Amino acid sequence: MLAAEAALKALMLTALAGDKAAYRALLEATGSLLRRYYGRRLAGGVADVEDLVQEALIAIHSKRDTFDTSQPLTPWLYAIARYKLLDHLRRRRIRVTIPLEDAGELLADDESAAADARLDLEKLLANLPAGTQEIIRAVKIEGQTTSEVADRKGKSEIAVRVGLHRGLKALGEKLREGTDRADR
Amino acid sequence: MQTDDLIANLSSDARPAGWKSARMRLLWPLAIGAIASFAAMDLWLGIRPDLSHAMTTSAYWMKFAYTLGLAVVALLIVMRLARPGADAARRMKLLIIPVGTIAALTAFALARVPDGSREHLLFGASSAVCPWRIVALSLPLLAAAMAGMRRLAPTQLGLAGVAAGLLAGAAGAWIYAFHCDESAAPFVAVWYTFGIGAVAVLGGLLGKWLLRW
Repeated sequence: MLAAEAALKALMLTALAGDKAAYRALLEATGSLLRRYYGRRLAGGVADVEDLVQEALIAIHSKRDTFDTSQPLTPWLYAIARYKLLDHLRRRRIRVTIPLEDAGELLADDESAAADARLDLEKLLANLPAGTQEIIRAVKIEGQTTSEVADRKGKSEIAVRVGLHRGLKALGEKLREGTDRADR
Repeated sequence: MQTDDLIANLSSDARPAGWKSARMRLLWPLAIGAIASFAAMDLWLGIRPDLSHAMTTSAYWMKFAYTLGLAVVALLIVMRLARPGADAARRMKLLIIPVGTIAALTAFALARVPDGSREHLLFGASSAVCPWRIVALSLPLLAAAMAGMRRLAPTQLGLAGVAAGLLAGAAGAWIYAFHCDESAAPFVAVWYTFGIGAVAVLGGLLGKWLLRW
């Protein structure tokens, strides 16, 4: 455990100086740690665990400059992992408050549902920032690849991918909020 | 997206990064919030006309030091709580310095005067408006502290919100002191602290929602 801390912290310090190889090694090692951490704590299945691992990796990436280099790394990593776990459980709690008996009504809609869904999607998309909307439209509706979108918009592919991931997540949340409200 | 792809993508984005530039994400909004709050104080209430004379009295510097001292300690706490896994307990203990000092000055001031005149030391002439003006002047700072903190990585949102509120309240009170002409330590200890505390409570309530990232 102590050896892991020393090795991970060394990678982190090199990564924070801008070293891609060290950063990649760090993220891979952290990915395994996170998979174990979430695997032990979530009964929900592999998909949930992998979602959370990715969520936490993105958080670690975007907040990596909050790490105090005079301190050990693992408490910082696990504090983020724990925060994302609690965040996930809170969202989950919101999700399971949709009463079960309503599920039948949701399924019993007629074929106008598809058209409605398209309209709803547009409405939900309209709530997102313009850049995010464009990425989701291009990739998920028009079927372009993230690297095409990146080239066209003059952004890095990673920025597009993270934007897509975040956008879809926000969309999912909006959808759930909407469903919750409709249920009330 | 596969996790391996994500890692490949994230690692290709490696750039030099560190706290020195990260903390500016909090400090810039705070500076702007402080300017907005000061401008609001000047336009709405006005700087006290006798400021240059007041600056020669110890009462003025007592208010100045209490509010600024609280704000500085709160900023230190906020900086800790904005970083995952950091322990803010030691810095929280520093709060005892400004609070203990004002409490001692209050006890001293109250003990020194005859029985009938304590009421004036406690209530002054503006106790009914003082806390609420402090709350109002703190709002731009509270918005700034929340926005800045959210761009860092707080993991205890309620506590982080209280600390951000304490910072905003203390800085707002410091700005209010450019207008307020009360000079008794008991007044400051009660009504300034009440206003600052109200902002801290508000920060705690809002933090749970606003600080999510």
